[in-house]
Amino acid sequence: MSPVLAAVLQALFLIALLGVCYVPFGTYMANVYTSRKHLKVEKGLYRLMGVDPDAEQRWPAYLRGVLVFSAASVLFLYLIQRIQSHLPLDRLALGTDGSTGHNLVNVDPQQSFNTAASFVSNTNWQSYSGETTMSHVTQMTGLAVQNFVSAAVGMAVAIALVRGFARYRSGGELGNFWVDLVRGTLRILLPVAVVGALILVAGGVTQSLSMPETVTGLGGEVQHLFTGPIASQEVIKELGTNGGGFFNANSAHPFENPNPFTNIFEIFLILIIPFSLTRTFGKMVGSVKQGYALLGAMGGVWLLFVVLMHVTEFLHPGAAAQAAGAAMEGKESRFGIGGSSLFAVSTTMTSTGAVDSFHSSFTGFGGGIALFDMMLGEVTPGGVGSGLYGMLIIAVITVFIAGLMVGRTPEYLGKKLGSREITMAALYILVTPTVALLFTSISMAMPTARASMANPGMAHGFTEVLYAFTSGANNNGSAFAGLNANTDWYNTAIGIAMLMGRFLPMVFVLALAGSLTEQKPIPASKGTLRTNTPMFAMLAASVVILVCGLTYFPALALGPLAEGFSS
Amino acid sequence: MAGTKTNSRVRVVWTGIRAVLVLTVVCGIVYPLVVTGLAQGIFHDKANGSIVKVDGKNVASSLVGQYWGTAKTVKQNGEEVTVVTPNPKWFQPRPSTSNYDPAASGASNLALSNPELTKTVEQRKADVAKFNGVSESAVPADAVTASGSSLDPQISPAYAKLQIDRVARVNHLSATAVAKLVDAHVQGRTLGILGDPRVNVLELNLALATMS
Repeated sequence: MSPVLAAVLQALFLIALLGVCYVPFGTYMANVYTSRKHLKVEKGLYRLMGVDPDAEQRWPAYLRGVLVFSAASVLFLYLIQRIQSHLPLDRLALGTDGSTGHNLVNVDPQQSFNTAASFVSNTNWQSYSGETTMSHVTQMTGLAVQNFVSAAVGMAVAIALVRGFARYRSGGELGNFWVDLVRGTLRILLPVAVVGALILVAGGVTQSLSMPETVTGLGGEVQHLFTGPIASQEVIKELGTNGGGFFNANSAHPFENPNPFTNIFEIFLILIIPFSLTRTFGKMVGSVKQGYALLGAMGGVWLLFVVLMHVTEFLHPGAAAQAAGAAMEGKESRFGIGGSSLFAVSTTMTSTGAVDSFHSSFTGFGGGIALFDMMLGEVTPGGVGSGLYGMLIIAVITVFIAGLMVGRTPEYLGKKLGSREITMAALYILVTPTVALLFTSISMAMPTARASMANPGMAHGFTEVLYAFTSGANNNGSAFAGLNANTDWYNTAIGIAMLMGRFLPMVFVLALAGSLTEQKPIPASKGTLRTNTPMFAMLAASVVILVCGLTYFPALALGPLAEGFSS
Repeated sequence: MAGTKTNSRVRVVWTGIRAVLVLTVVCGIVYPLVVTGLAQGIFHDKANGSIVKVDGKNVASSLVGQYWGTAKTVKQNGEEVTVVTPNPKWFQPRPSTSNYDPAASGASNLALSNPELTKTVEQRKADVAKFNGVSESAVPADAVTASGSSLDPQISPAYAKLQIDRVARVNHLSATAVAKLVDAHVQGRTLGILGDPRVNVLELNLALATMS
């Protein structure tokens, strides 16, 4: 079979897998967030946390919950890294020279802040190498915990916005943040994680708490093989669209992603919640067709870029790839061009940022696609939760634009979109590009920041910096890893960009949800734009690309486009 | 009223801290330990790194690539670098930016437009062709590019086949016997469609060792 045909069938296999799970999983999630019953273990947790699970919150209280929980998380994660040498299991990591049995040192303050901001904001940008920097305790009780709860926070905010559309409360109540947080973690993420981790171990991903194994090869090399509790972290890294690898090589490392099946399974884990949440949304607003329209917009854009990525990577323009005969630099032989292209598009379109191949060595256009994917604002299908609320904002903008064309007051799902609602949506759209482009221009003006670029020629070097801040502000976390980002400037600036890119949009989302839920639904009339049609899906998809294109085109022209056309 | 409002705002801070601690116990201690217990019980070898033993000694993980040659530290432009001279007796893996050091996983991150990478690729192509006594046009892409992890345990069937004559000659084996060995070690795509066909260098060399 030709590699191209196999790659096409592989993509169809993934789509079929997602299709089978979409309805049952999406419906299940809707039940989780609408059920009135608390599990026994949940009641126990609420008591320990000091929470009344039946108290409803208005949007400011819901937002306070999100912010306080996240601030406490940043602090806790910062502290663990700063004291990890005094905690158990610190001898299990590798020394920077590859030797074993070392006392691991504490992580320095800037890098600790960067990493804490990174994992709490669901970004998982990494300016460190996991195997030589973080102890098992930091990985398990710090980083992996945030992989769970930052995803659960994203889902909670998305569900709060869905409730804004789905229900009418004159007092503006949106639900209870603590309940949504605990349920998302306990009923959705944990069960899938336990099963998924075992599937990964069956494929060869390690899961142990012992010293690195020393082997002496027949060929003469002595290796200290660093294992660790990797499967339990790998599964939630993908499922929660986090992306922070145990190893520097991330999902390209054979212990994180040992074969073509685990590769497809990890891509499946990345996509399953963001896509299925459209079903959850449809169930909760009482019309699954509304969910299909959003799914159509998300899936259509995803598929378009999957095709484009495969085309450019198989054609392999670029001098070095032409000399080699294929764009295999930075790619693993077990995944090939197809498995790497599929992973690259899925990880950059979901704010995951895990990589099974290195985007910096993709073709000029391929790297540009990965960058453009993130610039689309992480809504196709986007991160866990953040993808759905981002897409709902796009839907609001779409209805508004359509309303302008026909001269009617825009409404969506029976709620009027007045100036307050549109203001919130517009602020949401503006905040991420502003953060990304502002920090990029400041860096380009700083000689020390420019010195971190790895590749010669302004085009590729500029792309490295633009990619870093786009990745941070959009909470993606993937890197054009050529950039040396472990400097005081990048650690601090990207840390701030990640926090702003995560929590400012949440403020606008929750404020929007609050004003929506106070509105009595109005019945649809003849003049109401129908939002459950393929037409609407296409409109929404064009708005995604239009908004992004207008915002980022000048920056793209300076970087990847300049490089792509000159090669 | 103002007093109770302040109280509830202070209380939410405590709730946040307690929630972080409670969820850390659930997701950061109970969960990984349960998974570790299950994994160690059901898939013991895989959970510990798929270690391969020969005569009772650990020789490698079947998942992590190694170099097959001798490493020497030499001074290059004032910097100490490790250079691996491949041993013609063995099937050779892909180039690696870290010489298969498990503590330095990662890629070259060089752009395809970077002249440095083009130069490296062309140099590798000449080396591989010379080492195996074949023409440069016969050298496949994976033989001249570094992988993403720099620990890639596998090569393409084309690169394995290219090495058959050289390996057979050095080990005084018949080329047909070595070719058979390579054919037996080609792993096809999973389910016929996932990933790419490949050959595990370690497993191939272990089989070769029992033959010669």
